[in-house]
Parts: sequence; C-alpha cells; structure tokens
Amino acid sequence: MSNPYSNIFRIVATKLRPLLLILSLVVLYRGHQQPGGGFIGGLMAASAYILYALAFNSAEARKKLPLSTSALLGTGLTVIVVSALLSVMAGEPFMTGMWTTLHLPFGQELHLGTPVLFDAGVYLAVIGVLLTIMFDIIEIE
Amino acid sequence: MLLIRIVGVVFFLAFLTPFIDKRLGQISGYLYALMPALLFVLLLKQLPDIIDRHFIIQSVDWFPLLNVRLSFYLDGLSLLFALLITGMGTLVFIYSGYYMQHYPMRGRFYFYILLFMGAMLGLVLANNLITLFVFWEITSFSSFLLIGFNHERPEARAAALQSLLVTGFGGLAMLAGFVLLGNVAGSYELTDLLQDGAVVKGSKMYMPLVLLILVGAFTKSAQFPFHFWLPGAMEAPTPVSAYLHSATMVKAGIYLLARLHPILGGTDLWQFSLGLAGAMTMLVGAYFAFTQFDLKKILAYTTISALGMLVLLVGIGTGLAIMAMVIFLIVHSLYKGALFMIAGAIDKTVGTRDIRRLGGMWPVMPVAAVATFLTLFSMAGLPPFLGFIGKEVIYDAKVQAPEIAVYLAILAVAANIFMVAVAFLFGYGVFFGKKKDPPKIPREPAIPLLIGPVVLSVTSLFMGIYPAILTQPLVMPAVDAVNASPVKLHIQLWHGLNLVFLLSVITVTLGLTLFFFRKPAIKALRKFNQRYFKIEFTDLFGKLVESFLSFTKGHTKVVQHGYHRFYLMLIFIVSSLLVWYQLYNTRGWGFQANWEEIPFYLIGISLLIITSALGAVFTRSRLVAIILLGVIGYAMAFIFILYGAVDVAITLILVETLVLVLFVMVVYHLPSYMPRYSRPTSRIRDGIIALVFGGFMTALVLKAEFIKISPPISDYFLKEAFTKGHGRNIVNVILVDFRGLDTMGEAVVLMIAAIGVISLLKLKPKKKGEE
Repeated sequence: MSNPYSNIFRIVATKLRPLLLILSLVVLYRGHQQPGGGFIGGLMAASAYILYALAFNSAEARKKLPLSTSALLGTGLTVIVVSALLSVMAGEPFMTGMWTTLHLPFGQELHLGTPVLFDAGVYLAVIGVLLTIMFDIIEIE
Repeated sequence: MLLIRIVGVVFFLAFLTPFIDKRLGQISGYLYALMPALLFVLLLKQLPDIIDRHFIIQSVDWFPLLNVRLSFYLDGLSLLFALLITGMGTLVFIYSGYYMQHYPMRGRFYFYILLFMGAMLGLVLANNLITLFVFWEITSFSSFLLIGFNHERPEARAAALQSLLVTGFGGLAMLAGFVLLGNVAGSYELTDLLQDGAVVKGSKMYMPLVLLILVGAFTKSAQFPFHFWLPGAMEAPTPVSAYLHSATMVKAGIYLLARLHPILGGTDLWQFSLGLAGAMTMLVGAYFAFTQFDLKKILAYTTISALGMLVLLVGIGTGLAIMAMVIFLIVHSLYKGALFMIAGAIDKTVGTRDIRRLGGMWPVMPVAAVATFLTLFSMAGLPPFLGFIGKEVIYDAKVQAPEIAVYLAILAVAANIFMVAVAFLFGYGVFFGKKKDPPKIPREPAIPLLIGPVVLSVTSLFMGIYPAILTQPLVMPAVDAVNASPVKLHIQLWHGLNLVFLLSVITVTLGLTLFFFRKPAIKALRKFNQRYFKIEFTDLFGKLVESFLSFTKGHTKVVQHGYHRFYLMLIFIVSSLLVWYQLYNTRGWGFQANWEEIPFYLIGISLLIITSALGAVFTRSRLVAIILLGVIGYAMAFIFILYGAVDVAITLILVETLVLVLFVMVVYHLPSYMPRYSRPTSRIRDGIIALVFGGFMTALVLKAEFIKISPPISDYFLKEAFTKGHGRNIVNVILVDFRGLDTMGEAVVLMIAAIGVISLLKLKPKKKGEE
C-alpha cells in the first residue's frame, strides 16, 4: 500500500510539535511583560497539534494530547474561575490580582500572580476550543 | 464563622461526590448521612443560646459596591428550619442509601441532593435578601434536576420543566420585590429590615412589593393557582419527594412569609392575600387528595393542603396562629416525610403505588404497617400524637381569629374531614381489606427503608406525650422570631372539654363517615370532577407556554430567517447607512492625509492587498480565493508590526493561518470548481453593498484621527498597568486583569461555541429508515 502522506511533512510535524509547545509556553509566561500571552500561546500550541493531525490524522493527534479536547477546555475554564476565586479565599473582592515572587537558585526570580494563572486558563481553553472544532471538522465523513 | 462553614461544607461535599461516589460503592448513601447528622447535632447545641435570645449574625462582603453581603443569621426560626433540613436530610440519606443503590447515576443523584441541602440551609440561614434569593434559585434549580432525574422518561422531563418555569417565574418576581423592599428600607439585611417594618408599611411601594414577594412564596410553596407543579414533581425518585417536596423546599415559601411577617405583615393586604390563597389551597388540596389512586399523588395533594393551612395561619398572624403554624410545620414534616418514605418502600418491594392494586398487606409487613398507622394517627390529628396538639392549636387560633373566625373554622373543619378520610383511606387501603395481586410478592421492606418512618413516627409520638420538654423549646424561639410582640403561650396535650375539642370530635366523626362511604363517595366525586373540573391546570399551563413560544417564533422569524448571507447583508447595509448619515451630518470632508509621509513599502503592501482582494473576487477556484484572503491577512499583520502592535500582529498571523487550514478542511468537501451560481443582478447588488461598506470603513478610518469625544482610557492603562497590574504588556494586563471579567465571559462563549460545533457535527439526527 502506498502512503498518501508526505514523509517529509510527517517528520517536520513530529519535530515541530515539541518545539512549538515549548515556544507557546514561553510566550504564555512572558506575555505579561512582553508581547505574548495566553491567547497567542494557546493558538501556537493548538497549531502544533493541528499540524500533526494534518500530517498523520486526527486520531493520532488526539492520542498525543494529555487530555481530551473537551477536558482541556473544561480545565481551562476551571483554572480561570479558580484564579479569580483565590482572592476571595484571601478575603479580597473577586478577581483581585495577587502577586508573589519565587526566588529560584542561580539568582533567578519568578514573578507569579493570579493573572498569570488566569492567562494559563485562557491558554488551555483556547487550545481546547480550537482543537475541538478543528478535529471535528477534519473528521467529517 | 459557624454558619458559613455549615453551608460551605455541604456544598463542598456536593462538589466532591462525582469524584468519590464510585469509590465508596453502594454504601455511599449511608456515609453521606453522617454529615447532616453531624450538622444536626452541631445546630442543636446552639439551641440553649437561641432560647436565651443570643442570636448569631455572621457576614462577609460579597459585592460591597452593590451593598450585597454574604451574611447569615441564626434565630429561633432559622434554627428550626435548619434542624428540619439536617434531621430529615440524615434520614433521607439513609433511605436513599438503599433506595438508590442500583441506580446507574447514583453519584449524580447525591450531587444534586447535596447541592439542594446546601442551598436550603443557605436559604434559611441567610440574613441578606440577595443572598437568600441566590440560594432560593439554587433550590429551584436542583429541584428541577431531581424531578427530571429519570431523564429518559418524557413525563419526568415535562414535570421538571414545568416546576422550573413556575418556581423560576416566582423567583424572579420575588427578586423584583426584594429590590423594591431594599430600596424602601435602605438595606438588604434582614436584621436591619426587622427594625424598619413601619417605614416599609407606610411607603407607596408597599403594595407592589408585597404582591411580588407573595408570587415568589406562593409558587415555591405550591399555593393555588400555582399548586399544579407539585403533583407533577412526584416524577422524582421517592427520597426526593420525601425531602424536597414535602419536608423542606416547599416550606421555603412558608419560611419566607414567616420571616417577613414582622416586616410586612399585619396589614389588610397581607391578611387578605395570605388568607385567601391559603384557604383555597387548603380546600383544593384536601379535596383532590381524596380522589387520587397513586399513593404519591395522594400525598402530594395532602401536602398542598397542608401548605395552604400554613399560609393561612401566617395570614391570621396572631401569636396563637403563629404558634399553630410552627407546630403544624413540625407535625407535617414528620408525618409527610414518613408517609412518602413508606410509599416509596412499598413501591420498591411490591412494585406498584396504585392503591387499587394494594391491600391486605399488614401480615407480611407488620413493621411498616405499625409505622404507617402511628404516622397516620398524627396526620389525622388523633391523641396523643403531636398532630393532635397541632390540630387543637390550629382550631384554637382560628376560633380566636379576629372577625373571620366562623368562616375559617368551617373551612378548616371541611379540609380536615377530607384529611382524616384520606389518612384512613391510605392506611386501610394498603394494609387491610382484600388481598390483591401486586406485581411482586409482598414482604417486609428492607431495614434502611423503615428507619426513617419509624424514627419520624416515634418522634411525633414522644413530642405529643412530652410537649413541655421536647416541643416547647423548639417551637417557642421560632414563634418569638416571627411574632415581633412577645407571646406567652404554652403547649399541652389536653385542653379540656371546649369548643375546640368539639370541633375535633366533629372532624374525626365526619372524616370516618366519609371513609366508610368511600366507594360511592369517590365514584360520585370523580364523576363530579369530570363534569365540572375538566380543566387541568397542567394542560392549561402547557398551552400557555406553547402559545407564548409560537408567538415569539412568529415575530422572531422575521429577523432570524437562518440565511447567513442575508444576515451579513443586513448588518452591512444598516451599519453603512447609519455611519454615512452621521458622516454627512458632521460634514468636514477634509481628510488631511499627508501623502508624502507614507513610506514606499506601505504603498507596496497596500497594492498587494488590493490586488489580492480583486483576485479573490474574480477567481473561479475556491482554494485560490481562500489563499488570497490569507495573503490579505498577512499583509495586514505586517502593517500592525510597522505601527508597533506586535501582539495584534502575532495574533492575526496565527488566526489567519488557522482559519486558512479550517477553510481548506471545509472546502475539501465541496467541488473544487466554482460554477457561476449567482445571477448577474445579485452580483451587482453585492458589489454595490461591498463598495458602500468599504467606503464607509475608509472614510471612518480617515476621520477617526480627528475625532476626540472624551479623553481616551488608554492613558489610565498606560499609567497603571505596571503599578497595579504588575505587567509591562498593557494589552495583556487589560485582558487578564483590568478586563478579566470580560475575558472570563469570552472563555465561556468559546465553550458554548465548541459545544455548538460538537452538536452540529457529531450528533447527527437519525434520518427516517436509518438504524
């Protein structure tokens, strides 16, 4: 049986997927200070999987996901809500931003806050919704 | 923060159930029962403090800007209800432990019912009207889910929807009433409002606000003419009927009326509305209970009657009437909960609830029979049960009611005659008489099914025998909370030979007479019903909903025709006309464009965009058209980068790419060659619309630079993004912090869109003839 897919495309898609995912995480984290953010990061991560689905098929791409697409969407929404509720538990009004700085070894500092968590939720929700829609359309008979 | 924790822990357990229920296995119901039992003890320990009038108020800010606080209040009334909720809850969970053990969606059931329990506790403990309303709506909603629990039955779905529509409608009316009340009194806190009764009663808004709140209370507590949803609610699994639809949720309306009585009560309007609705409901319920065949329907109608009685008593409003109301509330919860549990136990073991197929079962189920009869004696108001005390005090209250005593006494006796007859009908029909052939061989119901009825009937017996020790401490603080003026009353079993006792004797005698002539009586009444009460409220309500839907459908169709191209056309035409009109009004056509400052590469990009657009319009290949649109998008992204909007540019590039892929995927399923589908005339029309729309966009962009309506908000964001939002990327800070709520809403919209796509693509309707 001949292979209807391009092998070059398949190798590119396989190698690009982790790279794009790492890039998307970088974009997500730095989003608060420099161009980037959860929405853009989510789009990038989703395109990594869509590329993979085009090179192989959507079933293979689904297997590479840690969660089902709808679960990703649900997790994203949950993270968003939790990040907004954290301030309530601390006795502040809903959605008050709270920040802390983690001191990592080698003098690095990690500036974390609930808005970053919120952005991570957006990231997951965007991946979830894009892949849900894309995969479903790819799978039309 | 005891009260907040009590409510919180129930919700917490509710949200845990989907994850833990499978691991707990079939005993999960018994384990859940521990929690309400613990809360019951915890609440009972507050009783001495409450009797000493040390009330508990606790609160946290919720929406401080809107004066909404998450505040809680524990006095005699809320304590009594909270004890009922947790106490009945414990028994119901033990009962469901057996009843629900083989249901496939057990975890979901416990989630719903715990959600309800938390909301109900929140409702009775709330000290803020808005907090109360939120919990009130959650109870309606969880009741909807529980009634429709057997969601594969169309009857269950219809009944669930009906109850949600009725109680939801009432809830909204009530909210409007609350807002009016809050505006008049200047506070939403019940503890403040209780001081302001005179102000509220004297205000111009008194009548509308009372009527609105009454609609809420009456729908929830199934008062005539909103009573019809309650018999339908019997579609719910029996533990739900025992818990929500007899002991707790339907009493929420009574709670509200009692709670607001010191604030709103005592006026003619209040007395008249409550008296009329209560008396009607009491009679209608008792009358229709007599002619039912389904055990649960019989109980549902007697519940309606009892709720009517409670509303009537609040309406009379004297100290004695309030005491009668509180006692009867306890009496009714005890006996009705027990009877529902027995009806369910019989249904479970024998396989039917139809009274015509049941009979002569006491030799095989003696425990159930004894528990039933103890309960029924209390329901019929026989001594020495709490029910007797309840009935005596009720008669007493009615006989002493100002002005209308005679009518009330007659009404109460009439309703009670039917109640006595129904009580005997229920007990005799099931346990004595001829043996019938039910679907399963009768045997004693399992022990967990009997714990509830036995505990409740024995409680009712002891509360009747020892009124001073057991009943007084529960009832008096509650009466005290409702009736602002202090009352000195005490409860006793034997009142002596007087008018009230005479009324009791008359009731029981006539009730028994009716019971002995039940066969001809039921036959005659059924015939009478068929002739004169042909209108079923349920059908009437269904018709109302239907005609409303077809009315809205009719005029929605004019604008919502379903053709995407016409929607777009309409949007384009309307917006261009409006903007052109405005541009014409403002005049000033000088668009001071400085052509010399435009760099050459921008001109190049513009030419690229124009060429691609023309190409996309005139090409006859779908793929080429899509790719050309993509080119336009990338070119735009380049312009964004030139002007420093890097974020927007990245987003645009990614979106263009994904949209391109998406379009290719869709186009893949269409023929690759585009024949000329449209006629030349429509092409010319579309061309004109496109030019007008594009023209206004161009004009608008050129003008936008000179229009300054108010100082732009961007200065604020520029200044505060780093200090308040800890971020240098202003766009991102706006998205996740300053305007985070919007983003949250958008995320929800995304989810809804995804669900829409799934339902469109994955859940295809089965065509006729297909498997």
